Amino acid sequence: MVNKKETSKPIIQAIDVNFYYGTTQALFEISLDIAPQRVTALIGPSGCGKSTFLRCLNRMNDIIPKTRLTGKVLINDRDIYDENENIVELRKQVGMVFQKSNPFPKSIFDNVAYGPRIHKLNGKNQLIEIVEKSLQRAALWDEVKDRLNDNAMSLSGGQQQRLCIARALAVDPQILLMDEPASALDPKSTTRIEDLIGELRTDYTIVIVTHNMQQAARVSDETAFFYEGQLIEFSPTKKIFTKPKQKQTEDYITGRFG
Amino acid sequence: MNVHLTQKISYHLLRVITYAIVISVGYILFDIIRHGLPVISWDFLTGFPRRSGSEGGILPAILGTIYLTLVTIAVALPLGVGCAIYLSEYAEQNRFSELVRLAIITLAGVPSIVYGLFGLGLFVIFCRFGASILAGSLTLACMVLPIIIVASEEALRAVPRGFREASLALGATKWQTIRTNVLPYSISGMITGSILAIGRAAGETAPILLTVAAFFLPKLPGSIFDQVMALPYHLYILATQHPETEKVLPLQYGTALVLLLLVLGMNIGAVIVRIHFRKKYKW
Repeated sequence: MVNKKETSKPIIQAIDVNFYYGTTQALFEISLDIAPQRVTALIGPSGCGKSTFLRCLNRMNDIIPKTRLTGKVLINDRDIYDENENIVELRKQVGMVFQKSNPFPKSIFDNVAYGPRIHKLNGKNQLIEIVEKSLQRAALWDEVKDRLNDNAMSLSGGQQQRLCIARALAVDPQILLMDEPASALDPKSTTRIEDLIGELRTDYTIVIVTHNMQQAARVSDETAFFYEGQLIEFSPTKKIFTKPKQKQTEDYITGRFG
Repeated sequence: MNVHLTQKISYHLLRVITYAIVISVGYILFDIIRHGLPVISWDFLTGFPRRSGSEGGILPAILGTIYLTLVTIAVALPLGVGCAIYLSEYAEQNRFSELVRLAIITLAGVPSIVYGLFGLGLFVIFCRFGASILAGSLTLACMVLPIIIVASEEALRAVPRGFREASLALGATKWQTIRTNVLPYSISGMITGSILAIGRAAGETAPILLTVAAFFLPKLPGSIFDQVMALPYHLYILATQHPETEKVLPLQYGTALVLLLLVLGMNIGAVIVRIHFRKKYKW
């Protein structure tokens, strides 16, 4: 499964990850390496475990009661499920953007400043700088620079999602996890998010869950195909969409199921 | 039967039920206002009662009820909200927490005289607070706690999970998340629910009967260890225990109207709080 051609050292390594919701096993022996500054897409039909796997990478599943993980997830060679792991630091390093855009019902400025504030990166001028830089990176600055004090809820759906990306970038993560970030957006907003992913890949490692295979094909460098909690295939995106190794992958991407 | 006919019948039935409720409440209000309004004067509101309450004003009872309400809020609000936060945000959702919830809901249905007797036993006698504002307020607080907890938990649950997840995903701790991204959005629901509950408690007689209320005490309390008169108890005395109940009928109406206005004032306060926060945080 591991992509042998990849020369740079992986930033994320999952090793034999099993994941359980109560007694139901959702992930089976997942092992994969994700290289830095690449976009990795996780695809597969609903309930295949792709979102569960994504949420293992910043321990968001911890908040769901009665869940359990075995195996290892290493980020920069550090075992994030080690009992001494500092979850606050982990999540600072591994940002997340959710399927449903979830800006806080506060001002645009306060949304982006939220992370820096809780991590005490404040100092008024520095904060303004961080907010501006983050909004620029999320390609939202020009649209909101004159109304930073407006409630974030007054933005359109696509703007809200870019605001959520800006908010995640404001704590300066290395890795950005995106859980179907465009699935609730119209085509035009989706294109903007996809363009944005293309720009962000130079600075961040991006792992994106998507239902949309065209999207995976457009934005990602590598694609991992999940099916029923198993990692079926993990290859460069071009390869997986042209010459899939596994029959199941081929059936899925050609639309025979899922 | 014809669907349209059934539809019509249920519509009118529901309408009649609603009108019946509105009319009976309206009549009670109208009756109290009609008889109570002429009694209300500056002297009535700011004067002390004389001749066992047959004459004079009801200032000590008004202030007594206000003091009781304020101390009840000071005790019950933090406890109730704290308990709700623990139950909804921290406690593991299992059999035990369900049992605790069931107990809380059951407590909400316990008759108020039982709280009165409980307060007498625990606060007045065992804690040696005597019949006092403290004992009475603690008793009222016990009575409203379950309602405050239930209302606050509901308000907390109404906050979308996405806010919590987004905050946690940014590296906020659980408490930071609750403090900055859960409480601010639920506070209006908590305060509204709590004030409505406490407004109801302000009009209760049974819990204060044995724990604080004085039959006739024409002076103001010096500390929370003093007894006070209270509007509902004063009304109860005038209506049932007074030697000349017929003669003091106007005073009963006046007292009832003042109590009503006091509770109404609190409820309006709750609505204002809700509107204020709704405007501030809408999603």
